[in-house]
Amino acid sequence: MGFWRKNRQWLCGVLAGVILLAIGAAQGHLAVIWQKAVMICMECIGIG
Amino acid sequence: MMKKIRLTVQLLFTIITNGYTYGFLNGKIYRGGLKYVCVPGLNCYSCPGAFASCPIGALQALLNQQGFQIPFAMLGFFFLFGSLLGRFVCGWLCPFGLVQDLLHKIPVFRKKKTLPFHKYLKYGKYAVLLLLVCVGSMFLFGGFAKVPAFCKYLCPSGTLLGAIPLLSANESLRSQIGGLFFWKFGILILIVVLSIKYFRPFCQYLCPLGAIYGLFNRFSLVQIHWEKERCISCKACERACPAALSITEISRSPECIRCGKCIEACPEACLHFGRSGKRESTSRGINLHTKKGAES
Repeated sequence: MGFWRKNRQWLCGVLAGVILLAIGAAQGHLAVIWQKAVMICMECIGIG
Repeated sequence: MMKKIRLTVQLLFTIITNGYTYGFLNGKIYRGGLKYVCVPGLNCYSCPGAFASCPIGALQALLNQQGFQIPFAMLGFFFLFGSLLGRFVCGWLCPFGLVQDLLHKIPVFRKKKTLPFHKYLKYGKYAVLLLLVCVGSMFLFGGFAKVPAFCKYLCPSGTLLGAIPLLSANESLRSQIGGLFFWKFGILILIVVLSIKYFRPFCQYLCPLGAIYGLFNRFSLVQIHWEKERCISCKACERACPAALSITEISRSPECIRCGKCIEACPEACLHFGRSGKRESTSRGINLHTKKGAES
């Protein structure tokens, strides 16, 4: 209990992060990220 | 000692995450499965060497989608890395942070820590996050598609790590250069020049990723602990801090990038890296103090 009390803030943050990532993965967000990342981003390099 | 370790970690991480040499030689980008994941720092995914995605680029890619969808995956990423590391990412893992650190070592100009009006300008990164990254990516159009507004109009990391190497090696891209490239190149030159005189001007005033991670600084796992009982108030840590933070702000302030210069400077060894939640006054945290400091 002592460990949880002292560390609850970052532990809650990590837990929230994992849950949100899982939700995002289930909704296909990782595929959207990959599709964008494997094409040369014309806006990023100042052309688009 | 801390300085050398940090520089080594920064260099190694940059080289490992941008090691796709084929891309640099042929003006192409990596298209493998690693791009499903993001590196924690600002690392343009159009860098020909990049193996993984940029978190701000990924966030904008999700916001660029039709309609409005909550970017759960990237919120999760920020919560995960922010809760574990906070702005330790900025100080130890960000390639563009490394570039600014190296520029700041150039012995030209009298060095200053912050720009004039720092106490107002430091909120600029939150404005960039809100207006360019969030609002801009949701509502600005280029033709029929939404644009990643921060990447398109501001990001100097994209220009340095993406545009310059790609355009150097890829002639077909080079022929398409227009006004936007020169705008972004101008921003890059400005950041480069400012970085020589001031400490990490992009990180302090414009970086939306630093703005996000800074929100987690107060409760992240990685902290810099201050043993008040041993402190002699010599202010050596405050003089050493490149972000001009006071002893009470070190580690907890959203401006602290956990570079560890305060730890090295402390003559009483009362500052050290540790984990959140430790309350003992004699801590067994990581202390990479110099021998001189430890002996005084």
